[in-house]
Amino acid sequence: MSSSIKEGAISPSPETKLVVEHVSMIFARDGKSVPVLADIDLDVRRGEFLCIVGPSGCGKSTLLNLMGGFLPPTSGAIRIDGEIVRGPDPRRIFVFQERGVFPWLTVEGNIGFGLFKLSREERERRIAHYIQMVGLKGFEQAYPSELSGGMKQRLEVARALAVDPDVLFLDEPFGALDSITRLTMRGELLRIWETEGNTIIFVTHDIDEAVQLADRVAVMSSRPGRIQQIVDIDIPHPRDISSPRYLELRAGIYDQIGLAHRI
Amino acid sequence: MKLSLRLRPIAFIGVLLLAWQIAVSLHPGHLLPTPLEVLRGIGDLLQHGLLLKYIVASLFRVTWGFALAALLAIPLGLLIGWYSRAEMAFNPLLQILRPISPLAWIPIAILWFGVGDLAAVFLIFLCCFFPLLLTSIQAVRSVPAVYIHAGRNFGLSPAAMIGRVLYPAVMPQLIIGLRITLGIAWLVVVAAEMIAVNSGLGFLIVDARNAGSRYDLVVAGMIMIGVIGWLLDLGMRSLERVRSLRWGYAED
Repeated sequence: MSSSIKEGAISPSPETKLVVEHVSMIFARDGKSVPVLADIDLDVRRGEFLCIVGPSGCGKSTLLNLMGGFLPPTSGAIRIDGEIVRGPDPRRIFVFQERGVFPWLTVEGNIGFGLFKLSREERERRIAHYIQMVGLKGFEQAYPSELSGGMKQRLEVARALAVDPDVLFLDEPFGALDSITRLTMRGELLRIWETEGNTIIFVTHDIDEAVQLADRVAVMSSRPGRIQQIVDIDIPHPRDISSPRYLELRAGIYDQIGLAHRI
Repeated sequence: MKLSLRLRPIAFIGVLLLAWQIAVSLHPGHLLPTPLEVLRGIGDLLQHGLLLKYIVASLFRVTWGFALAALLAIPLGLLIGWYSRAEMAFNPLLQILRPISPLAWIPIAILWFGVGDLAAVFLIFLCCFFPLLLTSIQAVRSVPAVYIHAGRNFGLSPAAMIGRVLYPAVMPQLIIGLRITLGIAWLVVVAAEMIAVNSGLGFLIVDARNAGSRYDLVVAGMIMIGVIGWLLDLGMRSLERVRSLRWGYAED
């Protein structure tokens, strides 16, 4: 159990933002226990863009939910800045697929949702700033049902950024978008990450997406999920996705997951 | 084009009324009054000041019964829905009480409250309470987990969670529930008035028959019930067009 881990005993190096220590997760379903994650160890550096890829059902979303504090691990612990995660926190925001925006609030209302502790002026300044940043100017009074999928996704990212979090958890954020919008959104996310400097942990089942975005890619095996390999993507942004190095890294991950290169 | 589309139902009703008038005049008897007799009946009621009085009496009972039920059932339902253990405890009882027609309660209503407004209001209350309770339990349970998670993630207090996430998230479903329930209430008030009181549109129908077989007044009462029920529904429907609620209904 987590009590075996001494709190505060580890002084994290200034580079380390988040540590996953021997985390296992077992779900009880119909009286049977289903192991979902088995002894996961993972370090995430401050300001890093980490992608977690794996086959569906490998527990990558569960791992992200544990990091976000929405679930307690069965055993092991997750630390952020040396502190054990005990629940969700506005310093680390979880971005769902665009489903997470509140349909009863306008674009402005959604972005301002987490800013209730700020003064009115500061709140309005931030709302305007992030509306600008994600390109929703002119849609301040629109409701989510009046927006496209890509715009809703940008809105959810803006709502998360507005509270100035250190960490963003993104759970297949672009999964429901068409492929062209998805490409645009990746570019925009990189641009935002480069200006804001948050630590980003991004779960996807799309290997190309991971290799295009991440500093490092953690590859997970199927259930019970383990970290199989961590791949450094040593290509500077903007990345040439036809370069030999890109193709080599991508092929390596395909092999790792056991996918054929031909269909 | 648009105007003629709007006129079509009116024209249709006009044709039916005409057919009714002709059919009854071809076979004069006492099976049904003619539309003109009904119109005269409505005029009679208006002249004696009864029409308005009876409508107000019926609406008064519905308003009280409905409002009391909403005030009690909605918060209770939200609470039960939120705490799944409470639901497990309440559910069997609810499932047994729910299928009992409110009309089956009439003897008990009269026993407890006597013949009068209170008994009628109690019956309306009963017929609204269970559907509203079940609707609000269901509404909370169907709030997507992502909204709850997002609320927790942004650090909302429990009170803010209810006010800023739960309440807006259940509103569209609640309004549908309120609309259906108001329809039921309007059905039940007529029945309640036939037995428990001596005013209102339900009483009008029974009284017109008993007192002098005034079937023109019976039909007049029926038509008033229909028209007012329709207006009540239109009123509730207009809530569904509120901009911050529309997401719960629009499919596009």
